Amino acid sequence: MTDISRRSVTNLSAIPKEEYIYKCTSACAGCSSSLCLRYVLKAAGPDSVLVVPACCTSVIQGIYPATAMNVPVYNVAFAAAAACASGMSEAFAATGRDTNVIVYAGDGGTVDIGIQSLSGAFERGANFLYICYDNEAYGNTGMQRSGSTPLGARTTTTPGGKPTAKKDLDRIVQAHNPPYMATACSAYPLDLYKKVRKALSIKGPKFIHILAPCPPGWRYPTEKTVEMGKLAVKTGMWVLYEREFGKLTINGPSKAAMRKPEPLEDYIRGQGRFKNLSPETLDLMRQQVEQNIQRLAREEEGIC
Amino acid sequence: MYEVRIHSRGGQGGVTAAKLLALAAFRDGKHATACPFYGAERRGAPVVSFVRIDDKPIKVYSQIHEPDLVIVLDASIMDVVDVLDGLKEEGTVLLNCAHPVDGCRGTCYHVDLTGIALAQNLVVAGSPILNTPVLGALAKIGVITLPSALQAIREMFDDERNVKAAEAAYKELKV
Amino acid sequence: MLTIATGNRAVAEAVKAAKPAVIAAYPITPQTEIVEQIAEYVTSGDLESHYIPVESEHSAMAACIGASVGGVRTFTATSSHGLLYMHEMIHWAAGGRLPIVMANVNRALGPGWNTWAEHTDAFSQRDTGWLQVYVGTVQEAYDATLMAFRIAEDERVLLPVMVNLDGFSLSHITQSLETEEIGDFLPPYHLPHAIDTEKPRGYGPMTGPDNYYRFRWDIERSMRDAREVITEVEREFADRFGRSYGPTEEYRCEDADVVVIALGTFGKEAEVAVDRLRDEGIRAGSMRLRWFRPFPHLDLSGREVVVIDRDYSFGFGGVVANSIRAKTGIEPYSVIAGLGGQEVTYNDIADFVRGRRPGEETWFGVNNHV
Repeated sequence: MTDISRRSVTNLSAIPKEEYIYKCTSACAGCSSSLCLRYVLKAAGPDSVLVVPACCTSVIQGIYPATAMNVPVYNVAFAAAAACASGMSEAFAATGRDTNVIVYAGDGGTVDIGIQSLSGAFERGANFLYICYDNEAYGNTGMQRSGSTPLGARTTTTPGGKPTAKKDLDRIVQAHNPPYMATACSAYPLDLYKKVRKALSIKGPKFIHILAPCPPGWRYPTEKTVEMGKLAVKTGMWVLYEREFGKLTINGPSKAAMRKPEPLEDYIRGQGRFKNLSPETLDLMRQQVEQNIQRLAREEEGIC
Repeated sequence: MYEVRIHSRGGQGGVTAAKLLALAAFRDGKHATACPFYGAERRGAPVVSFVRIDDKPIKVYSQIHEPDLVIVLDASIMDVVDVLDGLKEEGTVLLNCAHPVDGCRGTCYHVDLTGIALAQNLVVAGSPILNTPVLGALAKIGVITLPSALQAIREMFDDERNVKAAEAAYKELKV
Repeated sequence: MLTIATGNRAVAEAVKAAKPAVIAAYPITPQTEIVEQIAEYVTSGDLESHYIPVESEHSAMAACIGASVGGVRTFTATSSHGLLYMHEMIHWAAGGRLPIVMANVNRALGPGWNTWAEHTDAFSQRDTGWLQVYVGTVQEAYDATLMAFRIAEDERVLLPVMVNLDGFSLSHITQSLETEEIGDFLPPYHLPHAIDTEKPRGYGPMTGPDNYYRFRWDIERSMRDAREVITEVEREFADRFGRSYGPTEEYRCEDADVVVIALGTFGKEAEVAVDRLRDEGIRAGSMRLRWFRPFPHLDLSGREVVVIDRDYSFGFGGVVANSIRAKTGIEPYSVIAGLGGQEVTYNDIADFVRGRRPGEETWFGVNNHV
């Protein structure tokens, strides 16, 4: 796979020092998706290619002729990432190369316009890692709603708050029975690092769904990016887990949160996008969080 | 240029018959083209295919309106399609039928291709195979030579029963 | 080897000889036989290739793009709605300078559903940066597909090539076919900008107004260079395999007073019309346009021209007629005929010539002249 040693990584200091994304990105201040990409690439190592559909990363990598990236990045049309990656991985297979093919796509490019090609590639068993970094709106174009925008969130196209729930991407991906799928969050980089390493050690279609808080989109101060991610997990709004060959494991931080979740208001309060949320909507959100936690807990216990 | 129009029903092998005839003519050293006319037809609907045979390269792609030879693989089509439409005055008709049929024009041949196929147990998905025996009849008429007919069949099919059926049709063809 | 084959089969045979390492395709009438035959070759081991049965044409081209930049020869085939569905990626393939070869079986566009021949599908992709060639025989479908790989992969070109064949009237017609042992006619695939993790590069990142146009100009420069490359490759092909082609195929044009210009099978049928017209004392000739992009330099001076367009640009006119008008200054008699498989015989083509009215447009089968 890569030349990085396979020793287990138990703390951040053990993560390789090599950087594949330099300190010259054009990301917004407090951007968590570029932070995640840094750890994704550290985990993947230099023999990796990124396939990037239209998303924030299209901009973050820099403007021609400059680039902040030190791995090949193939930029491709919005709906085409998974199909492009599947073709690339076949080309590498045909020429005997083990190069990692990693799609790094936003939520719009995944749950909306890119879902067909994602579904097709996963059904075909294509060998690549698909990472969706989810900031719950079309960030690159100025925060319009996507299918991944949560209930009640205000975006530029849902000024009164989104009336419908977030599309459950993970259950859609799960229906394809990939050998590996996981969730992650920018506030837990070590967890993300390990998941990318594990995913890349498995052949076939792999999927990681990262919650990536977004200061301008979610309307919170830039220094709160890590805190926002932690709150998402601690309130149970986002559950960290992995599903290896169908077997679900809920990861540490979420295990604690599921036993005793922190109040959802703590997560909602700090975000301008949830301003003026009605008590009814908040109640509905609470129910959805509870249902999701219970469903995952049951699955982990083998009751489903 | 010798122009052939084949009438059949979807699924009876008219398209393959056209290809086989073109291949046999080609093995005779002629130029040949086979073109099915595709409509939105489905299994069982009347369909036509065309074959052109010439000593020089064939540049015509349009349908055949004045055939030299009309082949009818399913005589029941004659109730719904005017199979003789445009047939040349000196034209030829080949019918898959055990008996002569009234209302034919030009030189009329008939042969029981269905019976021949059934005798050889040449049946696929419940339908007798007509496109290989018909080549024997066409050899007898002189459109192609018998060796080329048999060679064409062997190039496209592994089963020798197809060759036997063609030989039977060669023998049994009647005016 | 000499045999008989359909136009679709001929394309598949050429692909087998060219040995693309990755093939991604989605079935559509009347292209299906190409992908079925290729799947057969891959399954039987006659063709060693990774066949990706994608879920759409958009993904077919996206997968070819990924594989092509990944460093291997690629092929796909489509038609009509499939071609239009991949339109975005067709631009991407050319802009990415990827020598992908695609067979497009020309077919009309709905509504209503129509699976028969028309060139509007391919003409709607004419501004994408793809080379386009239109073939008129089964043999030419094979030869042009083989040459397409060579031309596309030439470092002076590095643009994708679309090989067009008329739906049903060529895709499903059976004619003789000579297949070749191609030897080193196709050198190993070499893409100078193929992905190399030892030399990380950005591909198609944000490119501002100060640079974008340079890449566009580079496509046009290669398109212009492609004319010479096409000539070289067609000449070498003729030397090796004995069949010669050019930007056009001319028939009895030397002394012609009136020249019929058409693409694909109409261009062959027009030769029969020319013979009939010559018998009547009309000095006619036929010029079958083979390459449409890059558009060839045509010398039609002193002739009358009848153009048959199996396409239409609404609110404007026949695409070929207007291309001829723009590039030669000649006012052709523009005949719109054969849309959605409308039958046009050599007798009809002869009639177009007999009744020609330079500068005017006629829709065949529609009584009132435009």
